[in-house]
Amino acid sequence: MIKIVKRDQPSRAIFFLTPVLAIFLTLVAGGLIFYILGFKPFEALKFFFIVPIADKYGFSELLLKATPLCLIAIGLSFCFKSNNWNIGAEGQLTFGAIVSGGVALLFYEQQGFYILPIVILAGAIGGMLYASIPAILKTYFNTNEILVSLMLVYVSKLILDYLVVGPWSNPEGFNFPETRQFSDSARLPLLFEGLRIHAGIFLALAAVVISWFVFYKTYLGFQMKVSGFSLKTAKYAGYKGKKMIILVFLISGACAGLAGVGEITGPIGQLHREVSPDYGFTAIIVAFLGRLHPVGIIFASLVVAITYLGAETAQIFMQIPKYTGQVFQGMILFFLLASDYLLFFKFKFIGSKK
Amino acid sequence: MHKLFIRSFVSSLVFLFTLTVAAVAKDVKAAFVYIGPTGDHGWTYQHDVGRKAVEAAGFKTTYVEGVPESADAERVLRQLANSGHDVIFTTSFGYMNPTNKVAKEFPNVKFEHATGYKREHPNVATYAARFYEGRAILGTIAGSMTKSNVIGYVASFPIPEVIRGINSFTLAAQKVNPNIKTKIVWAFTWYDPGKEAEAAKALIDQGADIIAQHTDSTAIVQIAEKAGVYAFGQASDMDKFAPKAVLTSVENNWGPYYVERVKAVANGTWNQKDTWHGIGDGMVVISDLDSAIPSNVRSKVKKLQADLASGKVHAFTGPIYDQKGNLMVAEGKTADDGMLAGMMTYVKGVEGDIPK
Repeated sequence: MIKIVKRDQPSRAIFFLTPVLAIFLTLVAGGLIFYILGFKPFEALKFFFIVPIADKYGFSELLLKATPLCLIAIGLSFCFKSNNWNIGAEGQLTFGAIVSGGVALLFYEQQGFYILPIVILAGAIGGMLYASIPAILKTYFNTNEILVSLMLVYVSKLILDYLVVGPWSNPEGFNFPETRQFSDSARLPLLFEGLRIHAGIFLALAAVVISWFVFYKTYLGFQMKVSGFSLKTAKYAGYKGKKMIILVFLISGACAGLAGVGEITGPIGQLHREVSPDYGFTAIIVAFLGRLHPVGIIFASLVVAITYLGAETAQIFMQIPKYTGQVFQGMILFFLLASDYLLFFKFKFIGSKK
Repeated sequence: MHKLFIRSFVSSLVFLFTLTVAAVAKDVKAAFVYIGPTGDHGWTYQHDVGRKAVEAAGFKTTYVEGVPESADAERVLRQLANSGHDVIFTTSFGYMNPTNKVAKEFPNVKFEHATGYKREHPNVATYAARFYEGRAILGTIAGSMTKSNVIGYVASFPIPEVIRGINSFTLAAQKVNPNIKTKIVWAFTWYDPGKEAEAAKALIDQGADIIAQHTDSTAIVQIAEKAGVYAFGQASDMDKFAPKAVLTSVENNWGPYYVERVKAVANGTWNQKDTWHGIGDGMVVISDLDSAIPSNVRSKVKKLQADLASGKVHAFTGPIYDQKGNLMVAEGKTADDGMLAGMMTYVKGVEGDIPK
């Protein structure tokens, strides 16, 4: 007989094993779906997960794709660890891209080493400004940050639409919804000739290191952890909750804003209506799959990034609908949440003698 | 005997030669990059119908759907160029810069970009359809059949393509009914059934009894069907989604162009050019006219269709005035392609301002 027993304490080993389990279950379920759709499951999985990164170019594209996901997820982990549910990273990314893009356009005819740092800084500030709205409304007016941050995503996209259609549209561009191309001085430098991977990856790596330090070596990290476990305890301990809420939102917004900068000053090189294929939402999956741990998030961002690349390869070579990539992302999150059950419960085998 | 041998030898040589040529021709592979799902019954759906025509002509094709206009487009293009495709059709405006960028790296691959204006490399061609000719037909029908003299128009983005369509529609409607007004609602989307439906409802509330659209979903014709007003289908024949409401549709017919261009690649005759085809070349097709259209309107429509096709009539023939009454095109003159390509002012009879 099998009995389900509640654990005295969540298991630490299971905590880090469940993401691996979730990925494994996703592969099994994915293979099954391919089989049902009439494709050879192993061949399909090969085109999904191995072929896209089998060469140097493919691997560089993986890093390019993982960079914004990692950066945003690191930012989100500050919020999520401390019980602040910032769902609006996509909006903070968009607003960061708007502000930094605006600055880049100001300098569009100029060259100079000082331009790029200003553009990057502008993006971080833009993201922070935008994230401060749900933070301030939450701390001073008790609003629900999930709703506010989510709704602001759509507002930011409308602002971007307005700007690229109207005042910022390229004067030589026949009124199509796009701005001028940024000058080279406003572009992130490429790391290798012929590959698209750019210096933005160092921003993501820096975020990983800094977040690790803050989480595990600082008083702020400890406060976040306590607030995450129990807001009442945090209050009882005398932590200034409001300050912390605003701080984690600002950090989160800055990271999302920087991800936006990376897209527009990296591979895109201008502002148009679609600066991000919903990185801000996908990064939520990345943050949880990485267990809100900086190192975990690196791996998670790579795993999720490959679902994008794999979906393209699978459609080109096997005519598998590209939208299966999103199915994979959904399955990963689903299996992760489902297997979290094992954190708090365990199966106990009970002998029939008793 | 000897002669016979030579003859059969020569003919078999010729046969072999044609076989090889045919084999070479069949080897050409075409790829298509789509912005939406192939099942949208609008823009992407029609491009996929065109792709199937290329398959039917004996060529291999590949497509990738739902490719965002973000940094991802460039990767998909590079991957297609890298995996043995000889010609790549990129079917959305937002692919313009990635198309030109990747074309530079793959000079032996031909790129065909829909609706753009940049041909920075000799292996990039552009193509678009003169949809405004189809809209002149719709305007003629709408002007003849409206009772409230208010015609609704759901527009997507304030770009010349869309403004041109509104103007062509309004000018044609005014020719048959000088009292009509065209009311515009900007949906700021190409495909969003929810937003499009809201826009259609707003126009019906303002007294519009015919709704035209420059967005891709079938939501508008379905709303029109429920409200008991008329509508026009966009991109594909939408009659089956709203049999009573849909008077006709303007169909995007890319197949003949795609087949011609892929064949040109196979024969080595592909060249860079900018194609802008209309009703005459069959790129713009008017679906069957609904039985609700009276016979006198029907004959007017047929005549206009034939005249637009032959070039006897141009949809933008003067005198044309803008909203303030300034002359845009003088009497007896027609608007040239340069003016059409940059058209950013409404003609007289359109209500409201272009969003800036």
